[in-house]
Amino acid sequence: MSKLLEVKNLSTSFFTKYGEIKAVNNVSFDLDEGEVLAIVGESGSGKSVTAFSIMQLIAKGGRIVNGEIHFNGQEITKLTEKEMTRIRGKEISMIFQDPMTCLNPVFTIGDQMEEVLKLHFKELGKAERKQRCLEMLDKVGIPNAEERLKQYPHELSGGMRQRVMIAISLLCSPKLLIADEPTTALDVTIQAQIIDLLKELKEEYNTAIIIITHDLGVVANIADKVNVMYSGEIVETADIRNLYYNPSHPYTWGLLKALPRLDMKENELQPIPGSTPDLLLEMDHCPFFDRCEYAMECCRQSKPEYYETGENHIAKCWRYHPDFPKEA
Amino acid sequence: MSEKKKLVEIRHLKKYFKVNDASYKGLRRRTNTLKAVDDVSFDIYEGETFGLVGESGCGKTTLGRTVIRLYDPTDGEIIFEGTDISKLTSKELSTYRKDMHMIFQDPYASLDPRMTVSEIIMEAMPNDDSLSTEDRRQRVLELLDLVGLNSDHATRYPHEFSGGQRQRVGVARSLAANPKFIVCDEPISALDVSIQAQVVNLLKDLQHKLGLTYLFIAHDLSMVQYISDRVGVMYLGKMVELADSDTLYAHPMHPYTQALMSAIPVPDPDMERSKRRIIVEGEVPSPINPPSGCAFHNRCPRATEKCSQVIPEFKEIDDGHFVACHLFSGNY
Repeated sequence: MSKLLEVKNLSTSFFTKYGEIKAVNNVSFDLDEGEVLAIVGESGSGKSVTAFSIMQLIAKGGRIVNGEIHFNGQEITKLTEKEMTRIRGKEISMIFQDPMTCLNPVFTIGDQMEEVLKLHFKELGKAERKQRCLEMLDKVGIPNAEERLKQYPHELSGGMRQRVMIAISLLCSPKLLIADEPTTALDVTIQAQIIDLLKELKEEYNTAIIIITHDLGVVANIADKVNVMYSGEIVETADIRNLYYNPSHPYTWGLLKALPRLDMKENELQPIPGSTPDLLLEMDHCPFFDRCEYAMECCRQSKPEYYETGENHIAKCWRYHPDFPKEA
Repeated sequence: MSEKKKLVEIRHLKKYFKVNDASYKGLRRRTNTLKAVDDVSFDIYEGETFGLVGESGCGKTTLGRTVIRLYDPTDGEIIFEGTDISKLTSKELSTYRKDMHMIFQDPYASLDPRMTVSEIIMEAMPNDDSLSTEDRRQRVLELLDLVGLNSDHATRYPHEFSGGQRQRVGVARSLAANPKFIVCDEPISALDVSIQAQVVNLLKDLQHKLGLTYLFIAHDLSMVQYISDRVGVMYLGKMVELADSDTLYAHPMHPYTQALMSAIPVPDPDMERSKRRIIVEGEVPSPINPPSGCAFHNRCPRATEKCSQVIPEFKEIDDGHFVACHLFSGNY
């Protein structure tokens, strides 16, 4: 079966007056239809830039410097802006972190929903457009849809706005939905509602989802497989159970140990020392080297490759080099 | 528990705000009352960490600020080491100011970008003749060392630091006057996961070394459970449950606490996918016009007729375990 999305050796850089910032550095992954991929990592690890690269919505000063993105069998990095407009919003759509700022405050919910349909389904009449919007609002669990269409974003609560965002993103039944920190700005009880909603909609439309988050609890609930990013690189890719029960990369170990859990006893929380490296600096060693408690001499001298550590499980760490001595 | 000394006692504390009525279209201004904190009572013991959780808008930050008199309470008493400080004038209050301090949520906004770290920390030191300039400088270095920064950092500006380091500066500033009581208002929400653990461990270490008492406000429930001895849960300006943190997480009684606990995402796929989740419908109502009776009744899966009419009493149902819910009022 061919993959829905294949990203090969993608590198995205921002060019600033201080030099080149390699926000995404040689990243490869793929995704099947109906699959949920989570990209986790700390701020500045390049997870959002990866998503924006797929959408080709990279902020000013940045561009894809290398690599290919195949979507549905088509190479999309070479498409013109006009061709990309046809894919964006219809085939691939995106929901953003902050539902307060990504809806336009001066247009009604109805205007903003219909805009998508006007662009991608020119043949629809006014009544049909409205009908579709109503159905969609109903699907995402917004009561009194008819009333809501006439309201402005400020009249809705945070959770409701995020539901509207999801409704807009699913209007054209996209094959791929990219959710960039969809629940970070929401309270836990609302977060639980939104995650359940995304899961239901995924079942119904068989949409593939890329969810970007730093919350490993959310990932455990929704994802099928996970990319862990650090300093612009994917350091580990694994199926969901492998990642939590059999993690390979020391950074992933660190992340899991730094999380408080309800069954945790006193003084078990172990932080990762130091902070993330400066992306402006040219690095010829493992980016996690200076924070890693297992660092070896070779980690300082050269960057590790990907090594297989299990089925569908790869990690970028010298510990998995075939010559690394196995522990007894 | 009873032999422990109470550091802060809060009795029927209320903080109301006047807000403009946006729906009133007339010429004159009309105001509504927003009951941000509505009749809250609890004690904080010396040397403990009291966690305060709740969703945004429930009044936890307002409560934290009112307790150390950054806001003037509308009604009620705040008894700090035996003195009611709720009605003191700002001059009378100045003797207590050095005993309580605050760590703010956003380490990017709470440090003045035009002051060096040593200026920021010195500003919080008591403004009297007890310390010479040299003493103050020495104290800054001590404090920086205490929070895991070094003496080079004293002359730098906030923008030269990462988020975690800035929060350490915030912690150093809060310690400058040797306080007994620190209100930590979401001190780790703006930080990355690996850095959060660093700051939390720092706070725990300092508490151990200096015998501090914390009021720790957060919406990250698992972190609150980890750091706190006792936890209070707030909903719409009221405290709905209070217990030892282990008891609260193992046996939550109030339906809202139960829902909140079940909504915490657990970083464990098997547990996360198999656990039973109590989904509360709808969202938090407006505190300007809260529901009658129990404020949670319109979202509560176990609400009865009585809940919409009578405000439940905040009652001790077990040793040190308080709940405000009609489900437990009759049988105990």
